[in-house]
Amino acid sequence: MENVSNQQIIDALQGQFGEEAMYGIAESHGILQVTTEVEHIVPMLHFLYQHPVLKFQFLTDLGGIHFPEAKGQELGVIYHLHSLENNVRLWIKIYVPIEKPEVPTVTGLFATANWMEREAFDFYGIIFEGHPNLIRILNVEDMDYHPMRKEYPLEDATRHDKIDELFGR
Amino acid sequence: MSEVALVNNPNVGLDKTPKSGPYVNELTTLNLGPTHPATHGIFQNILTMDGETIVDAEQTVGYIHRAFEKIAERRPFYQITTLTDRMNYCSAPINNMGWHMTVEKLLGIEVPKRAQYIRVIMMELARLADHIICNSILAVDTGALTGFLYVYQWREFIYEIYEELCGARLTTNMGRFGGMERDLSPVAIEKIKKLLAELPAALKEFESMVVRNRIFMDRTQNVGAISAERALNYGFTGPNLRAAGVDYDVRSLNPYSSYEDFDFEIPVGTKGDTYDRFLVREEEMWQSLRIIQQAMDNLPEGPYHADAPHYYLPPKQEVYRNMEALIYHFKIVMGEIDAPVGEVYHSVEGGNGELGFYLVSDGGRTPYRLKFRRPGYIYYQAFPEMIKGSTLSDAIVTMSSMNVIAGELDT
Repeated sequence: MENVSNQQIIDALQGQFGEEAMYGIAESHGILQVTTEVEHIVPMLHFLYQHPVLKFQFLTDLGGIHFPEAKGQELGVIYHLHSLENNVRLWIKIYVPIEKPEVPTVTGLFATANWMEREAFDFYGIIFEGHPNLIRILNVEDMDYHPMRKEYPLEDATRHDKIDELFGR
Repeated sequence: MSEVALVNNPNVGLDKTPKSGPYVNELTTLNLGPTHPATHGIFQNILTMDGETIVDAEQTVGYIHRAFEKIAERRPFYQITTLTDRMNYCSAPINNMGWHMTVEKLLGIEVPKRAQYIRVIMMELARLADHIICNSILAVDTGALTGFLYVYQWREFIYEIYEELCGARLTTNMGRFGGMERDLSPVAIEKIKKLLAELPAALKEFESMVVRNRIFMDRTQNVGAISAERALNYGFTGPNLRAAGVDYDVRSLNPYSSYEDFDFEIPVGTKGDTYDRFLVREEEMWQSLRIIQQAMDNLPEGPYHADAPHYYLPPKQEVYRNMEALIYHFKIVMGEIDAPVGEVYHSVEGGNGELGFYLVSDGGRTPYRLKFRRPGYIYYQAFPEMIKGSTLSDAIVTMSSMNVIAGELDT
């Protein structure tokens, strides 16, 4: 097992895609995270998969996220990659506008992305272009909204017995 | 670069074209589920059968979807523990501990050694219970009902140990942020010792009945096999991946809760078939017993929870006498304590594989986003590929050996 540092990953990615393709480079509890543009995501995952040293060949998870305040970048997708050989994890994030939430699919590279992308579509309405079977997975088919978006509050808005200021909120 | 066909990926988009030949119109559609006693949970599989052979399978999941990730966005952190119980309910303590460790990572709480060891004991007991269920039910599905009764009483016994620690049996809500809610009681210690002394005999008896049994071997060998490469591509983790020959175990690769202190082996299979999955789970039970034995022998003295008054409930008698304790009690119970801003991923080796928690906190009293990485949800995708070309009875056995649990799948 070689020791791959996070700096090595950054250098490899910047060498291939240029510095302007990546921003938001940060480290959170030892896990490197990189934000990139939508058009780079598939080449970047292929590059990391095929890289002779890094070998990010395991997609641990893929999930959506919604930031209503960030105009033009409301919806996000987070790819949790894991290089089992080096035991290094990496998050790659992309953000897309809510009016046009289109992201290319990665099912061609990772079979496991199939249901993960369906789940992100189901809950956030992110459209994965080229996905072989992009239909709802956990919710009923005739649902006409994407429930994990922040505009759908969980509790009944007509309830008056839970006043925030009584609890100092 | 993207035109390189990296992985042969036939499963994405199932082939709907009927076979040619004289029987072209003879394909039968069979609904396996949603409620079928052999699927042990609510799954629907629409099978296209050519005689007794499965040509195609289409899965429907989500029958018991309970919107845990959405609910979690409204709940204070400690109330989310009860949601994790209901994911893989066969090994609820592992889910609880995984969630506690995720939040402790975010809050920066250091858990004392004794609490870590108690957690290891409880997690390994949960793994034992999980594998007992999976393996003995697999034997039942192949027709061996008796063996199941030999080991199932020990699963009951493990639940009694849970009861000693947390008062609950199935949905345990065990532990707190910072440690355990109570120490191992003398009764619990006695029961764990009894388990360590007497479970091996029952397990041996079960194995001697099943492992070299001709019928069982014929029913499981080369059934529902998956190669290591495909399993990795499908995101397999846990016993199902190890049966295919990949020795990935979160406990050894990224040790948490003092797993680095224990000496244990990671069993791997070679073929990734049902029989290998069964054997890997059997061996993992022996390794779990080894870990529990070591943890009991070396159980450190000291406190069973961290000194974290903002997050750990004070003892009840203190609440009645001490003002600070009352304030903390109120604030914790009402969920009024904000967590720091941050982003955490923590994973533990659950009964079925890597159980991950991706937590985004915006500094509020609830998570901004919480994503559960449920191993069952991820590897169940491979089911059609694994059963194509086999018979219906093989599909039942394959599903049973994968240990797909509806609660975990559907959150």
